[in-house]
Amino acid sequence: MTTLPGTMPIAHALNAGLRAAMETDDKVMLIGEDIGQLGGVFRVTDGLQKGFGDLRVVDAPLGEAGIVGSAIGLAMAGYRPVCEIQFDGFVFPAMNQITTQLAKYRHRSDGRVSLPVVIRIPVGGGIGAIEHHSESPEAYFTHTAGLKVVMPSTPQEAYDMIREAIRSDDPTIFLEPKRSYWLKGQVNRASTPGPLDKAAVVRPGEDLTLVTYGALVPVALKVADVCAEEGRNIEVIDLRSLSPIDDATIIQSVERTGRLVVAHEASRTGGLGGEIASRVQDAAFHSLEAPVLRVTGYDTPYPASRLEEEWLPGLDRILDAVDRSFTY
Amino acid sequence: MTAEPLSLLSQQGTYQPHESLALDPDSVDSQRLLRDMIMTRRVDTEAIALQRQGELGLWPSLLGQEAAQVGAAWALHPQDIVFPTYREHGVAWCRGVDPVNLLGLFRGTTMGGWDPTENNFNLYTLVIGAQTLHAVGYAMGIVRDGDVGTGDPERDRAVLVFLGDGALSEGETNEAFVWAAAQNLPVVFFCQNNQWAISAPYSVQSRVSVAQRAQGFGFEGVRVDGNDVLACLAATREAMASARSGNGPTLIEAFTYRRNPHTTSDDDGRYRSGAENDAWAALDPIERLKNYLKTSGTLDQAFLDGVAQEEEELAEKLRAGCRELPNPAPDQPFRNTYADMPKELESQMNEHLVFVEAGE
Repeated sequence: MTTLPGTMPIAHALNAGLRAAMETDDKVMLIGEDIGQLGGVFRVTDGLQKGFGDLRVVDAPLGEAGIVGSAIGLAMAGYRPVCEIQFDGFVFPAMNQITTQLAKYRHRSDGRVSLPVVIRIPVGGGIGAIEHHSESPEAYFTHTAGLKVVMPSTPQEAYDMIREAIRSDDPTIFLEPKRSYWLKGQVNRASTPGPLDKAAVVRPGEDLTLVTYGALVPVALKVADVCAEEGRNIEVIDLRSLSPIDDATIIQSVERTGRLVVAHEASRTGGLGGEIASRVQDAAFHSLEAPVLRVTGYDTPYPASRLEEEWLPGLDRILDAVDRSFTY
Repeated sequence: MTAEPLSLLSQQGTYQPHESLALDPDSVDSQRLLRDMIMTRRVDTEAIALQRQGELGLWPSLLGQEAAQVGAAWALHPQDIVFPTYREHGVAWCRGVDPVNLLGLFRGTTMGGWDPTENNFNLYTLVIGAQTLHAVGYAMGIVRDGDVGTGDPERDRAVLVFLGDGALSEGETNEAFVWAAAQNLPVVFFCQNNQWAISAPYSVQSRVSVAQRAQGFGFEGVRVDGNDVLACLAATREAMASARSGNGPTLIEAFTYRRNPHTTSDDDGRYRSGAENDAWAALDPIERLKNYLKTSGTLDQAFLDGVAQEEEELAEKLRAGCRELPNPAPDQPFRNTYADMPKELESQMNEHLVFVEAGE
């Protein structure tokens, strides 16, 4: 397969972003399982240990709490660690360190000590994986004060956002849509990363706002294509930052379109869709022509992969929600 | 079989050298050690009184553990760093943390209380064992900074992390041991085995001694008499020196006893006998050191009078200081949650401030 100059998949863009951050600041270091010689199970850290040595690219013992807990100590000692958790479902052994320690230390120290730790987690389904390899744990993190939570959806965003996350003094959960790791796109390596907390209007439109993030962004763009054939002009917003949520971009959009559909892979109850719906009805109640609709994973454990195609929000389920919105 | 804890001072105050505990007793200012233990106990006694008066919501007492804490703290160089649990009032004292600032967390005026970088003494950790991993990470930083094994006593540094016997049952502590061993990190784990994790006796958690458990991870475990301040000092000095010089971690078990309830909210009468407590009260670490000073003829009454005076001043300072601890401003949690405050949080803060102001 040929690759255009400046074109690369998300996995390579992340690798390039990590490399750039490590070259810029020698306090940046990586820590995770199998990230050294193997280059990570998704090869995101490929070649980095060779380039930067095993003191800066650390193959961790099998202990997720240890990865995050030691990153906290490293940050206290002046380093900027980037942790890799191998799969979404394996972050839970580290949840104690993330929620009770990492997220709270700045507050506990009365603002004196910041912990610039990034935790990279491949998330989401759609790759035919087995148990604990397809989950969407973002709401656990967005519900925790003190954390920032972001998810890129394109190679350029991946390249920019990982560098910006590493530069941030706040602990950042960096979610990587694993289904999109090999999605290719242009990457301008001379780019200056923009703020991490902005949503992006990836396709302007006037008739309905469709908000999503990560691996569902390309699906949402397809939805908009199909709708365009039917004469409906859908605005697609890539949330990018799941915490904080860029309300302003969504609300301005809904004030124009009057309709909102939110799509995410994570289970519905307590998910971000409900949060976004609530914010929009609070700020733009009088602009709404229809209730805010959610297209989400269901409130079940992530199913066996032979079922995931129907379980995951896909083109058809999102189109159904768009149609429903227009029935009001 | 579990080894007898190593000691240097008998209860009667006789000094008995031990080949495994290198210490020249004449090189140690034992009167100053005594003073630090007495002052530490007074911090504890006053804090308990403040809790009884309703000034503190809770206090975890260290009564009986003064020797373990003061002995360990005396082994530190200024550039070493400490990761405490929530009971290390004696270590905080020796590190120079203002004892009034220890009260804020328990009074509800702060979630921390002091600048952890000022005295290289981190904030108390309430989640059992979590700090062991922070210590490991910090020790990784020391290695990467090249501050280990240089031979320069001003430069080489190590981490001293405190834990209780209960923390040994936490997965995170065991992860910390794995990491420290595999990477040969400059970290000393100082476990005060006070024998009770709230109501769970040590036997609920382990069939072998704390010190023995280190072997399974591949580093040294040392079991010392936690009521013998000189033994605690000697063991910690040696372990810290070893860590600073690049020889990796040590686990020290200071075998002692928590003579008060777990905290002021705990009722230890439900799970242990008064007779057990009395037996340990007879092994009081402060009395033991006093006996030693008397026996060796180095107990200076003027010094003791000076300490008694200092104690009264400290008590007054704690009582007044506690009541004067400022309440946090209502915007404090909002401002300190993020380095870069999100707009949504800023609007929540403004909404809250309007509410608070209207209430006045």
